[in-house]
Amino acid sequence: MSEKVLSISTYTVIFIALLVLTGTTCWVSYLNLGRLNAVVALTIALCKALLVALYFMHLRYSARLTPLVVVTALFWLAILIWLTLSDYLTRALMTSS
Amino acid sequence: MSTRAVHTPLAHHFEDLEHQRSAATFGMWIFLATEILFFGGMFTAYTIYRSLHPLAFAEISQHLDIVLGTVNTAVLIGSSFTMVLAVYGAHTDRRTMLILCLALTLLLGLAFLGIKFTEYYHKFQEHHVPGPFFNYPGPFGREAAMFFSLYFAMTGLHALHMIIGVGILSILIVMSWKGRFTSEYHNPVELSGLYWHFVDIVWIFLYPLLYLIGRHLE
Repeated sequence: MSEKVLSISTYTVIFIALLVLTGTTCWVSYLNLGRLNAVVALTIALCKALLVALYFMHLRYSARLTPLVVVTALFWLAILIWLTLSDYLTRALMTSS
Repeated sequence: MSTRAVHTPLAHHFEDLEHQRSAATFGMWIFLATEILFFGGMFTAYTIYRSLHPLAFAEISQHLDIVLGTVNTAVLIGSSFTMVLAVYGAHTDRRTMLILCLALTLLLGLAFLGIKFTEYYHKFQEHHVPGPFFNYPGPFGREAAMFFSLYFAMTGLHALHMIIGVGILSILIVMSWKGRFTSEYHNPVELSGLYWHFVDIVWIFLYPLLYLIGRHLE
């Protein structure tokens, strides 16, 4: 079988790390960091998502095709958000000139 | 284990179990790619309105219960942990561990839904549900209707996925009870695990976007 499972201790470490990151992001959200608040919150969320995907979903140990699917999906998502925002965020510029 | 001879898990169009397993896993990831874009539309809508009304959204998001939101995040992470232990149990042929961990995942999933519906109930009481009884005093009434519409659409779609996940887990528990899974064949457990972890990841992003950003202004 090419399928991999990791050890219970690895899963436990990831679980504890996820709980610590949740506590951290909750605590940091009360500090006034200005615009950085959103950046910090989303960076921590990205780290948590990576931990879940890489270790709980075994993405790190899967066939090469799987990361390609994930990257492709995220690329489409980036197109969706980027092109839509490039419309909305520039409307004020167009009307004021 | 006597059921293995009777119930053969290998479909006729696959050469062997490994071939079947890799095809099934690949298919599941393709499905999750479509799910990313399904939720992605809502995340895009959220990003647009948050960027258009940053101050209003920061103020309105204070009305969400951060304690319940944080507890729910921990509950869901715990359920992902028990889910991965269930896959481990299936892989190592430990049937008791498999059934126990699936049951724990189911319970934690139900706990998440229970807390979520408590939050919804409070929102109904506070007239924060967009519709005829919506009431949000102050200058941000229209933005509040938009925020809570996004809130209910995003968490509602997520909760729908949780409800489907609870159904899948119930079926898995029955199948494990009947001894359908072995260390050689447990694709349904593994693929349901991928689905469950994906739903967890969606919440991992919903939690900061809805509950945390703007909290420091309180």
